[in-house]
Amino acid sequence: MDAFAYTRADQPERAVRLAADPRARYIAGGTDLLNLMKDGVQRHDHLIDISALPLADVRESGGRIRLGALSRMSDVAVHQAVRRRLPVLSQALLAGASPQVRNMASLGGNLLQRTRCWYFRDPTMPCNRREPGSGCPALDGLNRWHAIVGGSDHCIAVHPSDLAVALTALDATVRTLSAEGPREIPMAGFYLPPGDTPHLETALRQGELITGIDVPVTELAAGSTYLKVRDRATFEFAVVSVAALVRLRGEEVREARLAFGGIAPRPWRSEAAEQALIGRPLNAATIEAAGAALVRDARPRAHNAFKVPLVQRALSDILGQFGRNR
Amino acid sequence: MSEEDPTRRTVIKVGAAVAAVATAAPALPDVAEAKAAVTDTARISLKVNGVTHRQELEARVTLLDALRERIGLTGTKKGCDRGECGACTVLVDGRRIKSCLTLAVMQQGREITTVEGLARGDALHPVQAAFIRNDGFQCGFCTPGQLMSAVACVHEGHTGSDDEIREWMSGNLCRCGCYPNIVASVRQAAKEMS
Repeated sequence: MDAFAYTRADQPERAVRLAADPRARYIAGGTDLLNLMKDGVQRHDHLIDISALPLADVRESGGRIRLGALSRMSDVAVHQAVRRRLPVLSQALLAGASPQVRNMASLGGNLLQRTRCWYFRDPTMPCNRREPGSGCPALDGLNRWHAIVGGSDHCIAVHPSDLAVALTALDATVRTLSAEGPREIPMAGFYLPPGDTPHLETALRQGELITGIDVPVTELAAGSTYLKVRDRATFEFAVVSVAALVRLRGEEVREARLAFGGIAPRPWRSEAAEQALIGRPLNAATIEAAGAALVRDARPRAHNAFKVPLVQRALSDILGQFGRNR
Repeated sequence: MSEEDPTRRTVIKVGAAVAAVATAAPALPDVAEAKAAVTDTARISLKVNGVTHRQELEARVTLLDALRERIGLTGTKKGCDRGECGACTVLVDGRRIKSCLTLAVMQQGREITTVEGLARGDALHPVQAAFIRNDGFQCGFCTPGQLMSAVACVHEGHTGSDDEIREWMSGNLCRCGCYPNIVASVRQAAKEMS
């Protein structure tokens, strides 16, 4: 790891002032950033330690649960209000990483973790996300892990965060602070599609600090769940995952929100799959129709076509749970 | 041991010192405020197993390297150095973390516990005793991390079943494949510590 300067920030405003310099980078839990720096994927001259900022609380107010950006994965996962009102969020957090990493990693850092695409993580390989214009070896290379929807001819990496999938389904809002002041960014617009600029991953501007995440508390969110399919039982990234919020009246689906991980360069909300369910009975035929709608525009590559049926089966499994729990 | 016959540990220490000299610190951002506040080496104090250690360290030194190479507590192991194997697990303020994934400078003011801090004199910690009784290791390289994770796992109350123990010990890999005996060790330690 190359040497860097280090500053511990005690107030968000001061952190933002320091981060106006493009050579600076925030460090919170450090669980992804330090690996990227050790491997030479990223180099930063100046790290601004934000781990001591007073942004680690979780509270319920005004119909929302407000999560501090520096609250730890493990603390949020077991928070009573989160478990009771936002079960999908607790489940997604506990499905991620290992107990040790969950004790370290912050929610804000989790959202900003970089892709696990092995070409991105190997600085000796070309990668449009790491070095714009250098090419994408995944398109015709080892792409078993890669995207089947939402990719471009410049990048088909998948976003690795379980948390981001849950927050997308929950219609959460990211709160930030920058030199221009505070603002709110809906999850739907937080991650950018890769297009021909895959190196631009989020709507955040230089030095903009995530201060918190607001999640609406709704009846729909109370009936939510997460399913993660992995190559091994635990401590692994998703091959595919589903965050599902479904509200039934009798057999009829009144409301549904579905987001998917492991299939796209960003958390993938499928309104097409939702519309195939809403106003209809939850049965084998409508579940199959939702799965078909989900993958209608899928563009699998040489080694990841298996994800097309797999994600449909994952959706079918999770929707079946709602049927049984009725 | 003579000077012509250095121990493996002295070689590692000398190598680290040379590397530190050879790498120039980067130029600081020319923001006036940053210049005043920024340090590339820091005089820090780490409290490890109840003892305060003062060190002058570069900011890039991980907690793991500070423990092993500076403070000389080599019980904590460096396996992958990427947070994947768990050999470097220590407790910080009672919570288990991977010491390779954090900077020493970020852990000032916290209570750090390493495997050297588990026993009380000659009396082993119940988790250590359980690992011996249940043959919970073979080569032993992952064992300090397994022990620290197991202590936390028991305190967290994640020992309700063998499946629960496996899930909550999943951040620690064992290349010898001692998992069945590790699970048995944690199960027994939990029973004794309850």
